[in-house]
Amino acid sequence: MKEKLVLVGNGMAGMKVIEELVTIAPHKYDITVFGAEPYGNYNRIMLSPLLAGEKTLDDIMINGEGWYAEHGITFHKGKSVVEIDRVGRQVYAADGTVAGYDRLLLGTGSKPFIIPVPGHALAGVVTYRDVHDVNTMLEASRQRQRAVVIGGGLLGLEAAYGLMQQGMDVTVVHLMPWLMERQLDQTAGSYLQRSLEARGMRFRMQAETDEIVGGARGVEAVRFKDGSELPADLVVMAVGIRPNTGLAQRAGLYCERGVVVSDTMQTFDPRIYAVGECVQHRGRCYGLVAPLFEQAKVCANQLAGYGFRYYEGSVTSTKLKVTGIDLFSAGDFQETDGVDAIVYQDPAGGVYKKLCVRNDRIVGAVLYGDTGEGSWYFRLLREGTSVADFRDSLLFGQANLGDAGHGGVDQVANLPDDAQICDCNGVCKGAIVEAIGKHQLFTLDEVKVHTKAAASCGSCTGLVEQLLAATMGGDYETAKVKPMCPCTEHSHEQVRRAIREGHLTSLRQVFDNLEWKTPDGCDKCRPALNYYLISTWPDQAADDSQARFVNERMHANIQKDGTFSVVPRIWGGVTTPAELRAIAEVAEKYHVPTVKITGGQRIDLLGVKKEQLPGVWGDLSAAGFVSGHAYGKALRTVKTCVGSEWCRFGTQDSTTCGIELERMSWGAWTPHKFKMAVSGCPRNCAEATIKDFGVVAIESGWELHVGGNGGVKLRATDVLCRVETMEEVKEYCAAFMQLYREEAHYLERTAPWIERVGLSYVKQRVVEEAAGRKALAERFLKSQQRAQAEEPWKTYSRDHKARFVPLKRAV
Amino acid sequence: MEAANKCEPTWIAIGTLDDIPAPGARVVETAHGPVAVFRTSADEVFALLDRCPHKGGPLSEGMVHGRLVTCPLHAWHIHLDEGAAKAPDVGCVPRFQVRQEGRQLYLNTEPLAD
Ligand code: SRM
Ligand SMILES: Cc1cc2nc3c(=O)[nH]c(=O)nc-3n(C[C@H](O)[C@H](O)[C@H](O)COP(=O)(O)OP(=O)(O)OC[C@H]3O[C@@H](n4cnc5c(N)ncnc54)[C@H](O)[C@@H]3O)c2cc1C
Ligand code: SF4
Ligand code: FES
Repeated sequence: MKEKLVLVGNGMAGMKVIEELVTIAPHKYDITVFGAEPYGNYNRIMLSPLLAGEKTLDDIMINGEGWYAEHGITFHKGKSVVEIDRVGRQVYAADGTVAGYDRLLLGTGSKPFIIPVPGHALAGVVTYRDVHDVNTMLEASRQRQRAVVIGGGLLGLEAAYGLMQQGMDVTVVHLMPWLMERQLDQTAGSYLQRSLEARGMRFRMQAETDEIVGGARGVEAVRFKDGSELPADLVVMAVGIRPNTGLAQRAGLYCERGVVVSDTMQTFDPRIYAVGECVQHRGRCYGLVAPLFEQAKVCANQLAGYGFRYYEGSVTSTKLKVTGIDLFSAGDFQETDGVDAIVYQDPAGGVYKKLCVRNDRIVGAVLYGDTGEGSWYFRLLREGTSVADFRDSLLFGQANLGDAGHGGVDQVANLPDDAQICDCNGVCKGAIVEAIGKHQLFTLDEVKVHTKAAASCGSCTGLVEQLLAATMGGDYETAKVKPMCPCTEHSHEQVRRAIREGHLTSLRQVFDNLEWKTPDGCDKCRPALNYYLISTWPDQAADDSQARFVNERMHANIQKDGTFSVVPRIWGGVTTPAELRAIAEVAEKYHVPTVKITGGQRIDLLGVKKEQLPGVWGDLSAAGFVSGHAYGKALRTVKTCVGSEWCRFGTQDSTTCGIELERMSWGAWTPHKFKMAVSGCPRNCAEATIKDFGVVAIESGWELHVGGNGGVKLRATDVLCRVETMEEVKEYCAAFMQLYREEAHYLERTAPWIERVGLSYVKQRVVEEAAGRKALAERFLKSQQRAQAEEPWKTYSRDHKARFVPLKRAV
Repeated sequence: MEAANKCEPTWIAIGTLDDIPAPGARVVETAHGPVAVFRTSADEVFALLDRCPHKGGPLSEGMVHGRLVTCPLHAWHIHLDEGAAKAPDVGCVPRFQVRQEGRQLYLNTEPLAD
């Protein structure tokens, strides 16, 4: 029989748990939901656009009543639970409705705090928490003129803006010297006040309310401690919230400021869980959606019986949802000891940016006027990334880190709706924003699935994240660890560590030990795991060809018509008439439709049928060719120029150096493709400065470059160091490749990898620590012995011909 | 399945379970075109026309996971049992019946009328 789960509180956090549960464990529970409000579950953060008249109630519904019925959930709307009987395991609603439970979930949210001054109960004094409050305010705005909002925080300002949009005359009363003092420093606070004043909002700062004056007809004025008065027909109290713990307290559950829960979201009664604003976790209460959704995910995982997710607290960021005001705040922005503030200030342009940095890590950020980089700073903050290498250009944004591709487009909020965001799939800004609103999308993955934006090459991911943040208001996703894919909760790092430390050598072991949610992974994680296994345990893990993308499984590139292309290796781009003749003969013998010189200094035979592959490979092998791995996450080409052998400017023998590098490293599997080039002088005809590993010859030896990329997002290399001999070039190259092989995420090229870990880290491992470098290079060469022992084309054309023909012909 | 049995000649033996990698696929050439015969890691067998509903990609070359195959060309996900593309993509590919007797596999070379 199904167990019974009861949710008290039909709000954002509680319902997120239910939504998760119906997907991950649809048959486990009979679910009953009590909600005090007479509606389905709506998006509370959209109340401000509702008040401002920019949205309707329908627009902000997350799950209408139909949704509950569809999922077989009993929904008691408009019913408030007043008592929990923990012994009898039942809850009672005010109207007498009773429901029994095996597990109980509390998601009762918070209550707005009301300052207990005389007159606080007069008609016309409202709070700002739910649809009812918004309706009251809208009603009032139709009949009354003057509104006073007490509280210059996030909620107060949003209420004030909404009322102004409804045509009221609004004054904000604030106790502190500047607005939003918990999210902003004084400068940003004053910028904000100035721009709100410019829109007609009035302020009374450092004013303490003493009494609300009025009579039978409702409020008339607000009186302050200094005796002055401000006339008012409507007073909105927005001075803060208190976790709504009354019900839990009456039931004898341990509460402090909120209902105290453990990392599994359980209260002191293990049958009772709690999530959302009513909760206190490790001493903290949260008031934003992002951390509550994190809690909800953990709670659903625990309730589903999986029990491997734990909540460890969240870092939060804030955005003000007042149209036309750009403001972002995250972390700790006090300039205390050991904290440096990096500040940019332009009072005339209304732009202010402050980053607080401790030990080369961002600990806080306040942005006003230009928040385009907010999500980037927030990511650096959350992930604790060292900014040592780009500290001086930090304030100018990610676009200034050296990539001239998509990174340069920021301020996505200012783009027109028809601006194309995803160039691969042709998705425009308008379509993404609409999908976020219509389908209530909260994460990047959800946007990818619904719109296809960022689902191909991924270079627009940053833009889509900005759109999400801008559309959603608060930060939309705080996961500290990004899971590899939806099959697991573990990040790339965690999986790599588990494989290394747990000595896992097969996919099955990874799936079992790390509790994969799917029987055999998916197209994202399976290739990644296979790579992690074979690169960690080259002697012990078997390469699983069914975990490889078709190109790597077939050792050829699939083409749009299902045929393949074949690119033999041409060492350093140097060939001979005999080799060219052999290629020509193969092309004629197999009627290869297209023969093309590639951008990588070699020759591509395009349009080879699957059944012809073993024959083509056999003939090429016989002529001395090996696979060019044009299909693999592997060493691709090593481009060279003619160098000192021929060129009048050449300083070193770049051709020989390139050939030696290619002979050393061909056949190596890498997290993503790996390209090299060697130029004979700084004129750099081999374009070495956009390669993963580039070498530029100089008079005194060789300059080594790393982390270049000529693809979607252009990035020039960073200089690693200079060395004197070709032997050293090879050692550094082997060490660099091995470090990349051991530490990068699957499908992460050297360019983003270096930006993630920092050039100084790579220098430290490859240049400064000589013994470490030698050890890395040795591990590389050792695994190469195995990689090069079997040349795939020869092996396949000899041993696996059967794979390339149909199982049966029935025509 | 009974109905299809009436036109008995359309059922042909295509080999054994062990001829197909798990999870993976092999192709059978038929008068209706190439048919991809899939084997999941749970040893279930499904057959679909080897043409992705998107742009005709060879599904037999895709990665099989659970009861899905990812098309090798642009990564649509196709349900092996229903022949339908996974939402939000839309499209459908003709299905064929397969019968397992012991480890022997038989394919009905007439597509199911959907
Ligand atoms: C054949 C070739 C084009 C040509 O006719 O010249 C080519 C063809 C393809 N490239 Fe390329 N790229 C070729 C040189 C390049 C270069 C130039 C170079 O290597 O000097 C680049 C930019 C340099 C770089 O990578 O930094 C390049 C950047 C890409 C990218 C973007 C990579 C990135 O990190 O942004 C992709 C997409 C990917 O790998 O995900 C890609 C993907 C592809 C694929 C594999 C698309 C695919 O997945 O099917 C194409 C396969 C066609 C085939 O079957 O051969 N190709 N591609 C070139 C093969 C070189 C070789 O001899 O191996
Ligand atoms: C105007 C406004 C703007 C906001 N803007 C943002 C923003 O931009 N970004 C952001 O991240 N966050 C924002 N927030 C905060 C965010 O909405 C809350 O953090 C979130 O809704 C809390 O979720 P919850 O489930 O804990 O509580 P709620 O969503 O408040 O849900 C609790 C529900 O439980 C019901 N309930 C309580 N007691 C009982 C009972 N005994 N029986 C039955 N039902 C009961 C309540 O009626 C309520 O419906 C905003 C909040 C407001 C009010
Ligand atoms: S640029 Fe590369 S990926 Fe794009 S069409 Fe040309 S070969 Fe294909
Ligand atoms: S052809 Fe299959 S996804 Fe495009």
